[in-house]
Amino acid sequence: MFDHRFVQIIAGSLGETLYMVGVSCALAVVFGLPIGVVLVTTERKGILENPGVNQVFGVVVNIGRSIPFVILMVAIMPFTRLLTGTSIGTTAAIVPLTVAAIPFVARMVETSLREVDQGVIEAAQAMGASPWEIISKVLIPEAMPSLISGVTITAINLIGYSTMAGAIGGGGLGDLAVRYGYQRFRGDVMFATVVILVLLVQGVQMFGGTLARRVEKRRS
Amino acid sequence: MHLKEGCVIGLVKLESISKTFTTESSKVVALEDVSLRVAPGEIFGIIGLSGAGKSTLVRCINMLEVPDKGRVYVDGLEITGLGSKELREARKKIGMIFQNFNLLSSRTVLENIVFPLEIAGLEKEKRLEKGRNLLQLVGLEDKEKAYPSQLSGGQKQRVGIARALANDPKVLLCDEPTSSLDPQTTRSILKLLDTINKEFGLTIILITHEMDSIRQICDKVAVIADGRVAECGKVVDIFTSPKHKATKALIRGTGHIDTPDWAVEILEASSQAPDRKLVRLSFVGESTGRPVVSSIIRDFGVDINILTAQIDHIRSAPFGVMLVELSGDDDSVEKSLDFLERIGVSVEVIDDVSDFLAKVNGR
Repeated sequence: MFDHRFVQIIAGSLGETLYMVGVSCALAVVFGLPIGVVLVTTERKGILENPGVNQVFGVVVNIGRSIPFVILMVAIMPFTRLLTGTSIGTTAAIVPLTVAAIPFVARMVETSLREVDQGVIEAAQAMGASPWEIISKVLIPEAMPSLISGVTITAINLIGYSTMAGAIGGGGLGDLAVRYGYQRFRGDVMFATVVILVLLVQGVQMFGGTLARRVEKRRS
Repeated sequence: MHLKEGCVIGLVKLESISKTFTTESSKVVALEDVSLRVAPGEIFGIIGLSGAGKSTLVRCINMLEVPDKGRVYVDGLEITGLGSKELREARKKIGMIFQNFNLLSSRTVLENIVFPLEIAGLEKEKRLEKGRNLLQLVGLEDKEKAYPSQLSGGQKQRVGIARALANDPKVLLCDEPTSSLDPQTTRSILKLLDTINKEFGLTIILITHEMDSIRQICDKVAVIADGRVAECGKVVDIFTSPKHKATKALIRGTGHIDTPDWAVEILEASSQAPDRKLVRLSFVGESTGRPVVSSIIRDFGVDINILTAQIDHIRSAPFGVMLVELSGDDDSVEKSLDFLERIGVSVEVIDDVSDFLAKVNGR
């Protein structure tokens, strides 16, 4: 069905997608996790209760989440250029992908951490644990299965977003689908791209699910 | 246990603690002007019906709940006056166990037990050694690598106790530790607390709504009702002569005898001799073992009709209550009551039987 050249192109695009999604997902966790922790710990009755900080973070996260990705991508181009030296290409696409995913991860983390039993947090407080110790030794380890599920969902969303980034020169499978499948009427390429995306999403979901279950299972 | 001089007045001291919870729609007074003193080495029970404020009270001791007014002292240190860092240090010497155990599901039994030591900054080798000793103390050596979800409720509470003891606390706070356990497990947990108290002289404050738990292991008890201390004293005294209605309600059925309806029928049916008294006799410790009834019948020539009787244990002392009808001439009755009090039986003359019956029938 495909000649050698197409296999190479598709493989290359897949690599670009994995690169974009992998790096932006990792960065989003690095920045989103602390924000989620701040959202939970500064809320009312939290271990670092601070309504002002909580509101500011809440509003910023909501703004981040309400801007459509396509708009965000264009809007932060100067920022992207500042960081990567260019506003087009695979590496440049990582910037808007990360920026879009951070508030998403923050909310995920917030929800996961809030599920941790209040009594366990209290027990740690009663032992004389500091807020930092409670966060690192209680909140995050206790919420781990739920956090892994959250990261899985984030990665899958990023695969979707990355195809949009592709449409404006970010490379990857989305870019391939647009250039060959749409602009050159290559239905077979379009089909192959979609199949690969489906498999990719399926694979990430399975991997994340298994990992979360394994962590959960170890405890029961 | 090393004690400072000031401790004699109370290892844990609460002075006029007040706490009000304010919600958007209402104000709930949880505690009002509560003062208590817990002596070193004793097991001090705090009992009350749910919502009486007893849980809030114990949580004020380690400042999980910050009182609006009043002071808390533990081992001479004013807990209520500490900054957050000093409070964390002070909390390391105040152990606590909970109704819902509150174990970390992500950690094994041993890892849970050494958690406080980790926070205290003890090195790993020493942590594990101490943790294993504690596991042995609570009888769970074989569960070292198990996760909390693999344990029964009683086992979880044993882990909770081991964890609370890890930092060699001066006092152990127990917030309804047996309320979600079955009666048999409850007994074994109370027994463990009793052993720890006797072996290490550890001061224990036990919150509960079950008078039975108080009876089994406590030396002293405070009854909390509507956010106040209704009654406070030695468990024996509270059991033998409860004064507040909340205490009476809690005691009913555990070692204390009311005048049941059928006792009234017996009284009405029995002989119509004029000088009959309804008397409650409470026996504690030694006097329970003596044949007092037969000796007063023989020595003072009075008649005793036992209406109801019950024998039980308070901590390890036997304890009995008997409701009797005592008849004979005034002098003999007087003498026999004197005799009973002299040998350590607490005597409460409820009424003359005729007056008592008149009251009962009149209501």
